[in-house]
Amino acid sequence: MENTLNTARLEPVWHTNRRIMLLLAALALFLVIFPLFGPNSFYLHLMIMIFMYAVMAQSWNVIAGLSGQISLGHGLFFGIGAYTSSFLFVEYGVTPWIGIFIGMFFSAVIAVLIGIPMLRLSGHYFAIATLLIGISFQLVFQRWEWVGAASGLWIPLTEESSWLALQFHDSKVPYYYVFLAFFIISYFFVWRLSLSKIGFRLRAVRDDYQAASSLGIDVSKYKIIAYAISAIVMAPMGSLFAQYILIVDPDRMFNLEISILVLLMTVLGGIGNIWGPLIGVAILIPISEYSRIYLGGTGGAVDLIFYGLILMLICIFRPAGLISLFPKHILERKKQR
Amino acid sequence: MKILSVENLSKSFGGIHANRDISFDISAGEILGIIGPNGAGKSTLFDLITGYTKADSGKILFNDNNIFGMRPDKISNLGIGRTFQKLKPFADLTLLENVMIGSFAKESNIKNARDKALEIIDFVDLIEKRHHFARELSTGQRKRLELARAMAIEPKLLLMDEVTGGVDQKTIPGLVDLILKMKAAGVTIATIEHNINIIMEISDDILALDQGQRIAYGKPEEIQKNDRVIDAYLGTVDVA
Repeated sequence: MENTLNTARLEPVWHTNRRIMLLLAALALFLVIFPLFGPNSFYLHLMIMIFMYAVMAQSWNVIAGLSGQISLGHGLFFGIGAYTSSFLFVEYGVTPWIGIFIGMFFSAVIAVLIGIPMLRLSGHYFAIATLLIGISFQLVFQRWEWVGAASGLWIPLTEESSWLALQFHDSKVPYYYVFLAFFIISYFFVWRLSLSKIGFRLRAVRDDYQAASSLGIDVSKYKIIAYAISAIVMAPMGSLFAQYILIVDPDRMFNLEISILVLLMTVLGGIGNIWGPLIGVAILIPISEYSRIYLGGTGGAVDLIFYGLILMLICIFRPAGLISLFPKHILERKKQR
Repeated sequence: MKILSVENLSKSFGGIHANRDISFDISAGEILGIIGPNGAGKSTLFDLITGYTKADSGKILFNDNNIFGMRPDKISNLGIGRTFQKLKPFADLTLLENVMIGSFAKESNIKNARDKALEIIDFVDLIEKRHHFARELSTGQRKRLELARAMAIEPKLLLMDEVTGGVDQKTIPGLVDLILKMKAAGVTIATIEHNINIIMEISDDILALDQGQRIAYGKPEEIQKNDRVIDAYLGTVDVA
């Protein structure tokens, strides 16, 4: 037994599957060199949308997957990020790079302020409260003249492409790399978070809040921490998307559809697993973008019909999400047993 | 030296008195056994002490600090650990990860928390199972997991709710040995038990409850002869 203890002490703190790590490295390399193959602007746009929604779905995965709280109004933080950086750029000429961080800060503050009363609610009461908060922010911004009310803010075009102003007029490639960088940073951050003391404590709160509190964990505090971290991950995507389309308005930035989409994507891929959101996004975003091309405008809402159908199938056949299709020994630490 | 003093603790749910004027002490390094038939208020008493249920009245002193009305996490951080009658493992985490969450109460460094958790898992004789998910463990192993997790917060007082309940007969002696090992390691223990033989074997003092009231409190040999305990716990045998 002593030998086993000594062996256990010598094991790496975290088991990593070498094959998976190699696969991820190959994927990262492919993503980095993808623009060198000269894809047309649609494919670049498609990849940008995948990166953006992958981060947004990961943000939702932090609150739902790590701490077990279902938020139906998470698009709120996308809007806060978009409005903060855009407003600072339009009104004061502050570079969006700084605006992104201020947006993250505001999102975290708002998450804490609304989280303190709301996270005392549990289950669907919390979900309904987040839905209403999300809608109420949209209503406030529709009437708030200082930020352009219903018309929103138009981000002025710079004369030339500029990294400082985060505007690129000739090509989508720089946007591709910016979104890719945020995608990699966000996923690395959430991966590290899940393996940290905070991550462990959040999973304890998710699995059994009574057992968690018996181990000295302040359940309310950790739920608020998760909500704030989740907001911090979501906000930069709003800022970057605003720079990508150069307009922010309440209907687009606080759209309820954003909140529902990130939920659908995560459920489809698998809640609570870091790769779940990416899998969901990699399936749903192409469906959405292709239906937009072939059916025009908003895609004739065909994508929503697909989403509904896929979700029903997932709920019936794979409640743990598509990630559960992967061989069990890859997901679980069987190697160490 | 008294580590816990409970004075006139009462709790009612509607018209039902779950606990009525319960008083007792636990001395450091000892084992207090708590017995009583189903519905006697034993688990409620643990919930009151650990803050999961708020008492209506009374006093709870832990190391001379009044912990009445405190939140469970604060009480835990003061040094009272507990296990639950209905097991509450973090099912989708491994045994090691379960115990590490306990270790984080006193240790922030991941590697140190891991090493401490490993030692405790070894202490409860589950080191070979460290990478198994909690959901894969047997009931007896889950009981050990809960004990290990509670030990990881380095409690001064550990409340155990029916550690030997629901496990097969072969597993019981190992769990009893573990309780005695924990006592030898310096942990003060209060344990709820249905098995009267075990409670007589391991307890320094025994508190007997019936219908929310204290019916006896004292040394095992006194309790064993107490008429009210025999009547409430074993039932009166009428010899015609």
